Amino acid sequence: MNKVEFYKETGPREVFCGLTSIVWLHRRMPDAFFLVVGSRTCAHLIQSAAGVMIFAEPRFGTAILEEKDLAGLADAHEELDKVVNDLIARRPEIKTLFLVGSCPSEVIKLDLATVAEKLNKRFLGRVQFLNYSGSGIETTFTQGEDGALKALIPLMESTDEEKLLIVGTIANNVEDRFKKIFKSIGINNVESFPPRQSTDLPKIGTNTKVLLTQPYLSDTVRDLQHRGCEILYAPFPLGIEGSSKWLLAAAEAFKIPALKVHEVIAPLANRARQAMESHKKILKGKNLFLLPESQLEISLARFLHNECEMNLIEVGTPYLNKELMDEELNLLPENTKIVEGQHVENQLDRVRNSQPDLVVCGMGLANPLEAEGIHTKWSIEMVFSPIHGIDQAADLAGLFSRPLKRNQILTTKTLATHK
Amino acid sequence: MELTLWTYEGPPHVGAMRIASSMKDLHYILHAPQGDTYADLLFTMIERRGKRPPVTYTTFQARDLGGDTAELVKRNISESVERFKPKALLVGESCTAELIQDQPGALAKGMGFDIPIVNLELPAYSKKENWGASETFYQLIRTLLKEAANEKSKISPQRWKELGRRPKVNLLGPTLLGFRCRDDVIEIQRILSEQGIDTNVVSPLNSSPDDIKRLIDADLNICLYLEIAEASCEWLKRNFGMEYTTTIPIGIENTINFINEVHNKLDLPLTNKEELENKSKLPWYSKSVDSNYLTGKRVFIFGDGTHAIAAAKIAKEELGFEVVGLGTYSREMARKVRGIAKDLDLEALITNNYLEVEDAIKKTSPELVLGTQMERHSAKRLGIPCAVISTPMHVQDVPARYSPQMGWEGANVIFDDWVHPLMMGLEEHLIDMFKHDFEFVDGHQSHLGHTAVKSQNNEDKNQTENIESGVNEIIWTDSGKAELTKVPFFVRGKVKTNTEKYALSKGLAEISDETLYDAKAFFS
Repeated sequence: MNKVEFYKETGPREVFCGLTSIVWLHRRMPDAFFLVVGSRTCAHLIQSAAGVMIFAEPRFGTAILEEKDLAGLADAHEELDKVVNDLIARRPEIKTLFLVGSCPSEVIKLDLATVAEKLNKRFLGRVQFLNYSGSGIETTFTQGEDGALKALIPLMESTDEEKLLIVGTIANNVEDRFKKIFKSIGINNVESFPPRQSTDLPKIGTNTKVLLTQPYLSDTVRDLQHRGCEILYAPFPLGIEGSSKWLLAAAEAFKIPALKVHEVIAPLANRARQAMESHKKILKGKNLFLLPESQLEISLARFLHNECEMNLIEVGTPYLNKELMDEELNLLPENTKIVEGQHVENQLDRVRNSQPDLVVCGMGLANPLEAEGIHTKWSIEMVFSPIHGIDQAADLAGLFSRPLKRNQILTTKTLATHK
Repeated sequence: MELTLWTYEGPPHVGAMRIASSMKDLHYILHAPQGDTYADLLFTMIERRGKRPPVTYTTFQARDLGGDTAELVKRNISESVERFKPKALLVGESCTAELIQDQPGALAKGMGFDIPIVNLELPAYSKKENWGASETFYQLIRTLLKEAANEKSKISPQRWKELGRRPKVNLLGPTLLGFRCRDDVIEIQRILSEQGIDTNVVSPLNSSPDDIKRLIDADLNICLYLEIAEASCEWLKRNFGMEYTTTIPIGIENTINFINEVHNKLDLPLTNKEELENKSKLPWYSKSVDSNYLTGKRVFIFGDGTHAIAAAKIAKEELGFEVVGLGTYSREMARKVRGIAKDLDLEALITNNYLEVEDAIKKTSPELVLGTQMERHSAKRLGIPCAVISTPMHVQDVPARYSPQMGWEGANVIFDDWVHPLMMGLEEHLIDMFKHDFEFVDGHQSHLGHTAVKSQNNEDKNQTENIESGVNEIIWTDSGKAELTKVPFFVRGKVKTNTEKYALSKGLAEISDETLYDAKAFFS
């Protein structure tokens, strides 16, 4: 175990709440609808985080609490019932409806579990209802996906069949690539969770070996363990190193010799290393500061240091699960500074004092830092872009080299007028 | 409980943030959980601001709720005051904090700071963004001018004469995330200075609490955006006798009316009346022969109150369009919009539900939609040209170039923005002549290479296929169907409904090509 330095920080934060993960979850499972039970703020948050407003009639919405709903909870349940009825009538193609708790619904203790239970009885065989909390008083950004997946687990049937289950939302094309690689290695029974259809849930049991694609799934992991699944601990499949070790961990669990894995991935890794060269030239020796947002920060730091030769100034993370991150932490250089939590003002002071070449941060901070002459990469892009796997390593590096390259190209550096 | 998919306005505390972010030397303590920080990106991304909104989120978590969230509020207040050294402090809550009732405003006032503190009470479960902005601006002015108000001095709009100086006015209401506010204030200041009128303070945009204290040095208030500044103007009138203008200078006639109103109130003679008509290119462009083809274009208008009302007047009187729908999401402006709609023989659509707006667009089959970001998407889906005239907006609605809506240049911008999505005049004529040639693609517009011709064709096909599915007891004969497909796609729906209405009223069982022409004659 090498020695990374851990710090904890509390104070005002600049991060999204768990509701934000609806933005990618609803695209992964097009037969599901996410109904937030919350305030106008929740509705505004999701539409702002969705950014471009991928319009049409979306598969998410908000049941906005009004004053009369706060007065009596009985009425609120009834009102929610009405909203759900309207929604199902309007969108008969919905197979799964997630009732998503928010800060206000948690504070007034709206019991969404009971509501879901009642609705399940009424719509039996037509629509299944689930509930989880994406509230900002309990969850940060990606943790919303953890809640949604955890809610699906009780619906998964049991099986003794031996299989590999890859857990965490990834882009469909990345999923297909992984399955192909696993097949070449000799692992044929591979399923994904969440599935592409909410009703097409994989079966799980004591012979299910779970390999995580995303680091933010603590609760999901715990419940899968309760169902007897074996968790394979590995670095996350970002970059060549992470992806290789991730594939090796799966092979080991299926008693496939490492040599076989190396045989399959060697040409891929070579190709990826070549593709990464131009990015690496730009990133090498540059100083990197990661602000906390998606929990992907530690894996990204490992990739950018080990494979792109960047120097790590500080690695922020909203939450640190040392057990799940153990393999990653072992790969970090000595004395890496990891800060869990945030005091955004103090952290920004450290950013300014450390003169980083690149800061990974949220959209609220990116332009203000750019205006101060500090280059940034928005972290939200990591959860929307296909970045997993060996084949995507160069694309992942490209996300970070692009802002630096752009700065080399542009002649005007000062943005003082826009401060 | 109300089901919302996309919302026109954010919660009221976002309105307060618009005031805080527009200003200098002001800080906003927002008692709120971490997720509420999303609102920062509205400013940094849509407006491309190179500055964080001056907002501290207390970031309480579930585990704090059992303990002392009030302590957390106080810690954030002390830290923020020390770090940012604001000249005034706004203190308020977002929706969740409103439920736990920590009274952060009262807490702040008890902490012994010697700066003005505004306790914002913005009911999150009944009010919305523009109301929140208006209330915040009003409360801030009230707090900063409270002592001066007690002196009961009266400000006459004509006092500049006695004081022996040029008249001075305030421009009130422009904010960040408002529609083209940045450029509107430049245009209006330019127009006023041409008339020998000085600008005392522009607020909230780029002003400070000190500037607000100087509001009463002016002779007159200019209310530029009713949604944001009307309440403040009213208060200044009640307490200081300050008059304010109510004409919104969008469009030629209203810019002239506005200049007249300012001169009347100030009792300043207007010397260049004749020149005013020629300050903008809109009147001539609208008169030039190419614009003949704009006559009677069917236009659907939806937006905030200020911009929707202005658009209706320009569309009808200055461009010669026919307004076929008018509405707003600003409930506070519902009465005014209803009044304007009535004058146009329309019933105003007052709603916060974009699906209702989309339905209304479908029903009226307009040739142009003037709306918000939402209507842009709806219109795109329906294959109808659209120009954005109001918030909510997209990053592309904050253009790099100077592009106001108000004043002379605003009228130029409006002419270009509204007419360019349409087919150009002579071109429309030619396309109409040659539309039966095989080269012709329905919906073709040579200068708009990117328009969704394909989707228009699909829409087309649907409309032809659905010819049977209209009013069920009437049958469209083959000749009727054939004739209907020859009608330009953008009015086909309307022609179909009208013809069926006509056939029904005449008790006809089927519609042939002749019926279509009969109906056309009947309705023209």
